[in-house]
Amino acid sequence: MSPIFILEQALNGLQFGLMLFLLAAGLTLIFGVMDMINLAHGSLYMVGAFLSAWVAGATGSFLYGLLGGVALTALFGAVLEVSLLRSLYTRDHLSQVLATFALILILNDGVKMIFGTDLPLAAPAALDGPVELLPGLLYPAYRLVILAVGFGLALLLYLLVQRTRLGALVRAGASNREMSGAMGVNVARLFTGVFAIGAALCAVAGGLLGPLLAVQIGMGENILILAFVIIVIGGIGSIRGALVGAILVGAVDTLGRTLLPHLLREFLPPQWASAAGPALASIAVYVFMAVVLVLKPQGLFPVRS
Amino acid sequence: MIESLQRKSIIAVVVALLAGGAVAADKVKIGFVSTLSGPSSALGIDIRDGFLLAVQLNGGKLGGLPAEVLVSDDQFKPDVARQLFEKNVKRDKVDFMTGVVFSNIMLAALPEALDNQVIYISANAAPSPMAGKDCNPLFFAVSWPNDAYHEAAGEFANQRGLKSVYLLAPNYQAGKDSLAGFKRTFKGEIVGENYTKLGQLDYAAELAEIRAAKPQVLYIFLPGGMGINFIKQFVGAGLGREITLLLPGFSADQDVINPVGPAMAGLFNTAHWSPDFSNPANQKFVAEFEKEYHRVPTLYASQGYDAAQLINAAVRDLKGKLDNVEATRKALKNARFDSVRGAFRFNTNQYPIQNYYVRTVGSDGKGGLINKSFSEPILKDHGDAYVQQCPMK
Repeated sequence: MSPIFILEQALNGLQFGLMLFLLAAGLTLIFGVMDMINLAHGSLYMVGAFLSAWVAGATGSFLYGLLGGVALTALFGAVLEVSLLRSLYTRDHLSQVLATFALILILNDGVKMIFGTDLPLAAPAALDGPVELLPGLLYPAYRLVILAVGFGLALLLYLLVQRTRLGALVRAGASNREMSGAMGVNVARLFTGVFAIGAALCAVAGGLLGPLLAVQIGMGENILILAFVIIVIGGIGSIRGALVGAILVGAVDTLGRTLLPHLLREFLPPQWASAAGPALASIAVYVFMAVVLVLKPQGLFPVRS
Repeated sequence: MIESLQRKSIIAVVVALLAGGAVAADKVKIGFVSTLSGPSSALGIDIRDGFLLAVQLNGGKLGGLPAEVLVSDDQFKPDVARQLFEKNVKRDKVDFMTGVVFSNIMLAALPEALDNQVIYISANAAPSPMAGKDCNPLFFAVSWPNDAYHEAAGEFANQRGLKSVYLLAPNYQAGKDSLAGFKRTFKGEIVGENYTKLGQLDYAAELAEIRAAKPQVLYIFLPGGMGINFIKQFVGAGLGREITLLLPGFSADQDVINPVGPAMAGLFNTAHWSPDFSNPANQKFVAEFEKEYHRVPTLYASQGYDAAQLINAAVRDLKGKLDNVEATRKALKNARFDSVRGAFRFNTNQYPIQNYYVRTVGSDGKGGLINKSFSEPILKDHGDAYVQQCPMK
């Protein structure tokens, strides 16, 4: 196994992990600050991808598509929060699960009615080729852009949460909601803001991954499960936990898809090795989550007081 | 007196109704279930458009009977396809079922037709078990055996003196058939064999593996959206510079050429049909398809068109009598029609015996790309490797 191979797979795992982070960060904030389980988070990712594809198609530019998609999804998230989800905060988690699950179904069919079952989204042609990172390692330019955006947003979120007043409010709300309210924080506006930020992050992930995966109905459901696993591992309400959890999950998934089948191919026929690798990687992710829950039930970086 | 007359007329009406079995049907009903949404929808849409074009060119009729084609979308889900088959067979009482693109979806839904004595004519998927030990008299493949394009590609690789090949396909029946077919004819070294998840669209991990394996040639079977994404990412990872990409027609037809673009130029692929075939049936098909749908037909469209023409010939030979399944089956097996691919006949297992050709993606003279075939077939009068296991004679 050459160093170039390991480096390339590390980059792949990192890229996947950073995109998962964008979803997990929003999800953990919403769960942490508003104590709401939002199953429709994956649908916001889907809506973000569709809106990006639609704007990109209308304007002919991927960049405008991405920016437009993010802005529209943030707006959509805010409207959704104010109109529908606000009534769920005081209710128990089961009601939230049921209501947001219904929202998934409604959004799936709603998007299908407005945009159809899928939309094309192509990366800008300038990014179609490879970049020579090292002699012998050519990495796709577009994936490097995804990595850069992912890192940039992680840094931005860190600065936002640690260094700004809004971030302090968010941390206070995540740590102890009742006390924050008692201290005079405008909880309603804070919640709308957090939800809009979460939706915007989903849209960035959706728009960036659109050219690699397909922009289609139901694209959010698989990635949502991984996002929940990540926030459980990382700790509810913790952005740092979401980042660490996401990179771990991204790494395990990539390992499962490549290194494990490599090993298994020594003693299994290729079809079995290729199928068993990703399955074992999946199991590994859930086993890891179970271990974390047993040893550190609050997650790796708990924020709750 | 009047009561006796009434009774006689009632008896007369009942007798006439009972005798109705020997009269020709008033229309032919066809259930068409295919993948019409999602990343691989272009395939199902083309089969449908080719099929409906043939019906239209026959004046809305097949075999002289008005044709009613009930089209529905399986959404790439086997359970949805199964429900649609059940609806078409039990509620709509269709005479034939056809249309499915993917082998796994077809295998899941097929029992709904075959167990209820409804003939299925495959315009695409034709898995190897059904050519051999699982062959069924009610199943006809008008496309090709699943292994065929890949056997042709293996033979082409031999002719070109290619030495080392890395293989990639999705992990489902057609994927397994494809690589088994390639390995059956290819005489060189297989440096790697990898199976991906059906429907997978991100191939970063697999591409890194391919780069590390350093093969001379990469042979993939990735139909529809899977192939489009893979080839784009293959080019994006800079692998096209050292590795030659060899493809079956499924990953190099117009539905892939258009989204991928110039990177497709010069790629070799194998198929049973090409848009530039000069036989009169094909020239008419391509011209009419372009006129009606404003795009170049893919091999999937040619298969849909041929499926309709097959039904047309069989129903014509039956003079419209579709009540006897065994007679219909014989008519299909012996039907003579002008296929757009040229020579066509059924093997004893009701899979085609035909030629396979090598094609290359070249300029269409209008700034775009199109497939051009070599006139000499790479495999001539080629059946399949499983026919011996089928008890049908």
